[in-house]
Amino acid sequence: MKKKRIDLGGYRVQMQEQSPEKRIKNFQSVPLGYSKKEVVKEAKRCLQCKGIPCELDCPINMKILEMIREIAIENFEKAFFIIKEDNPIPAITGRVCPQEAQCEGVCPLYQRGHGINIGKLEAFVADWARMKGIKEKFQIEEKQQKVAVIGSGPAGISCAVDLRKFGYQVTIFEALHKAGGVLQYGIPAFRLPTEIVDYEISYLDEIGVDIRLDFFVGQNIKFSELRNEYDAIFIGTGAGAPLFINIPGENLKGVYSANEFLIRVNLMKAYKFLEFDTPIVCGETIGVIGAGNVAMDAARCALRLGVEKVYILYRRTKKEAPARDEEIQHALEEGVVLKELISPNKFIGDDKGWLKEVELFKMELGDTDASGRPRPIKIEGSEFVLKMETIVEALGSMPNRLFLNKAPELEVNKWGQIKVDDNLMTQIPGVYAGGDAVRGNATVILALGDGRQAAASIHKQIEQHKAET
Amino acid sequence: MNHIIVRIKNLSRENFLIEIKAPHVAERFQPGQFVIIRINETGERIPLTVADVNRAAKTITLIFQAVGRTTMELSTLNEGDFVLNCVGPLGNPSEIKKFGQVACVGGGTGIACIYPLVRALAKAGNEVTAIIGARNESMLILEKEMKAAAAKTLIATDDGSKGHHGFVTEVLHKTIETYKNSGGISRVITIGPIPMMKAAAEVTRPYKIPTIASLNTIMVDGTGMCGSCRAYIDGVMKLVCIDGPEFDAHKVDFDDVLSRMEMFKAKEKQAVENYKKISLEKE
Ligand SMILES: Cc1cc2nc3c(=O)[nH]c(=O)nc-3n(C[C@H](O)[C@H](O)[C@H](O)COP(=O)(O)OP(=O)(O)OC[C@H]3O[C@@H](n4cnc5c(N)ncnc54)[C@H](O)[C@@H]3O)c2cc1C
Ligand SMILES: Cc1cc2nc3c(=O)[nH]c(=O)nc-3n(C[C@H](O)[C@H](O)[C@H](O)COP(=O)(O)OP(=O)(O)OC[C@H]3O[C@@H](n4cnc5c(N)ncnc54)[C@H](O)[C@@H]3O)c2cc1C
Ligand code: SF4
Ligand code: SF4
Ligand code: FES
Repeated sequence: MKKKRIDLGGYRVQMQEQSPEKRIKNFQSVPLGYSKKEVVKEAKRCLQCKGIPCELDCPINMKILEMIREIAIENFEKAFFIIKEDNPIPAITGRVCPQEAQCEGVCPLYQRGHGINIGKLEAFVADWARMKGIKEKFQIEEKQQKVAVIGSGPAGISCAVDLRKFGYQVTIFEALHKAGGVLQYGIPAFRLPTEIVDYEISYLDEIGVDIRLDFFVGQNIKFSELRNEYDAIFIGTGAGAPLFINIPGENLKGVYSANEFLIRVNLMKAYKFLEFDTPIVCGETIGVIGAGNVAMDAARCALRLGVEKVYILYRRTKKEAPARDEEIQHALEEGVVLKELISPNKFIGDDKGWLKEVELFKMELGDTDASGRPRPIKIEGSEFVLKMETIVEALGSMPNRLFLNKAPELEVNKWGQIKVDDNLMTQIPGVYAGGDAVRGNATVILALGDGRQAAASIHKQIEQHKAET
Repeated sequence: MNHIIVRIKNLSRENFLIEIKAPHVAERFQPGQFVIIRINETGERIPLTVADVNRAAKTITLIFQAVGRTTMELSTLNEGDFVLNCVGPLGNPSEIKKFGQVACVGGGTGIACIYPLVRALAKAGNEVTAIIGARNESMLILEKEMKAAAAKTLIATDDGSKGHHGFVTEVLHKTIETYKNSGGISRVITIGPIPMMKAAAEVTRPYKIPTIASLNTIMVDGTGMCGSCRAYIDGVMKLVCIDGPEFDAHKVDFDDVLSRMEMFKAKEKQAVENYKKISLEKE
């Protein structure tokens, strides 16, 4: 077939966004989404590369090129069905994937700063289908085997959807009062609107996945009992337990873990305090420790809560910051100040036990460490003090200790991450695990991929078992 | 989800009893554990100790003091209304075995929290002295129930309107002295306001009597995810929701716990004022 170049690249169609001045006063989506015309124009820029590098670098190898071709001819419905073959939650991944390190990063146009905006195309198609009420069509051939999914984050959601498509009776157990995992409690609405997460969850209901909220596996049922009751189990419990920096003064009022801060703001809607009952308190100046997505989210939430001065306190430099490019850029536009090469030494309180100052060390960068980034080194004698009434620690998190204590039969590594084989099976036959519970702090798309892979493994195992008996 | 209220009762001026259907909690509950409830879509998550369960009826009983926005609203609900969310049982069960002569010290609403422990400890063969106290007689709850469960029930009120005129900790001290020549008190459990638990710990410290306090820090998720409930035990950070709620009272940094509980005070006051305003407008 002769390859037809629709367009020779050109410039990325700019995404319309709420202006920084306006958006820091609300929790609505920052990007306003492409129009039909814009999305077609962006799709037509695709060079239709041989070998399709973008697809190879998408962790779930989504059929990006086919999607783009359909978008270019305004066949959004077809594009939607193509996406859905691989990706159960495109409206979400399109918004939160670190595209620059995956699909978009390998696009030849990316070098010039104009890579195809694959994430936004994906999100457009998904939003379009949602607005039109178009859903994937499939027939479920009911099977009697029961599978339990623990946790309703992206890993649990994708595993449950696939298992249901295979026909199994699926129950998701979720400890919180709302399903969605980090998508619900962590990522703020201005990045991932709550109605989109709710829509994806309601789809689970529609296809007959039983979701049991307020149910903690380990407390409400013993892990061993669950094993007896179900033919297979998938563990997608995430890594939701916060790490603390462990320096003096951490117990002062005004010091939060990022998880507490974000759970209050997002899950409990503290930004609508008085309409909603859960409070949050911030001072005039807030420092967020860390520079990943979680830190950017906390900093940007703080701005929207009306905090005047918001600092990111980071021990390396902007170049090494692990957050998505878009998040860093948005945070800076909004007025978040990135303070590089510093690290807190102690928190200082007033006589009422409230945080009032933070003592910090200056840092310099040394040799490359295990993470491939230069190691930050303390400069002795460089201590200085910043006035600050609120601190949010965004230092990463660990798998939930409570669950692991209640399931001691699971093998874990020294970080409490569950050990699995190539099929994502733990050392207990029939028990599978994936997502952050296995990987530590990873990404939505990797969790999603794990959920799908585990569903396939579970299906295979049950079929094999059937054949043998 | 949606837990129907089968009974609600005003026990004393500020204290209420509520019985709700919660099969998944009733089935597994062990004394010492708590639940986190949320009344409605806009509600806050608040922890409450399970005071009693009825396994046959699949219900749990909670006893609470109407101190703020959520507990005030809860106290206005009626039989047949619903509580939207109830997760639990959370926290570690109390250690229940035969210790010998045990003193259980409950203050205020803490009396409700200690009641299931008194019953369980008595059933395990302990001779339990229940020491309960409140500001005044009209605020004292569960006196009858306590008397039925414990070998001996001693009362203290701040104003002397009933029992000992003064604090429960003074009664505790006397009790320890009384039992000194007959085997001694082998364990003390205390639940109530932080200053009371701190004072109780100081009473038992010189006697080296193992003393347990149940902490009521501010919580959000109750499953170890937020760190809001953190407290320092022997200088080490613990999460009350999953490592507790009971700890060795001699090792708890009570001043720190008390301080952290004030973190949202200004906002809580604002919420109460707003709630009162809305309630008035409704009437
Ligand atoms: C603030 C923040 C921002 C982020 N931003 C991005 C981003 O922009 N892009 C990106 O790709 N990734 C991002 N991530 C990371 C991403 O969200 C996670 O990698 C992903 O959500 C992991 O999915 P999961 O399904 O493994 O677990 P989770 O999403 O953590 O879900 C686990 C669920 O299991 C529940 N659970 C745990 N134990 C039990 C139990 N015993 N019983 C019942 N339920 C249980 C939990 O309550 C939770 O709901 C972010 C993370 C955070 C915290
Ligand atoms: C494990 C545990 C078990 C508990 N069991 C019970 C129980 O059985 N009965 C009961 O009445 N209460 C119990 N509490 C305390 C109860 O959770 C609080 O009273 C409740 O959160 C108050 O909510 P509110 O919105 O009505 O008041 P808020 O407006 O949140 O607070 C009003 C006032 O109460 C104080 N306060 C806030 N949170 C707490 C807290 N966690 N503990 C004590 N004071 C607080 C505030 O400083 C403020 O002065 C328990 C707490 C924990 C952690
Ligand atoms: S799922 Fe993520 S990595 Fe894959 S194409 Fe979509 S945005 Fe890119
Ligand atoms: S790498 Fe870029 S240009 Fe090439 S096919 Fe993918 S999106 Fe199109
Ligand atoms: S309440 Fe969140 S960690 Fe204990």
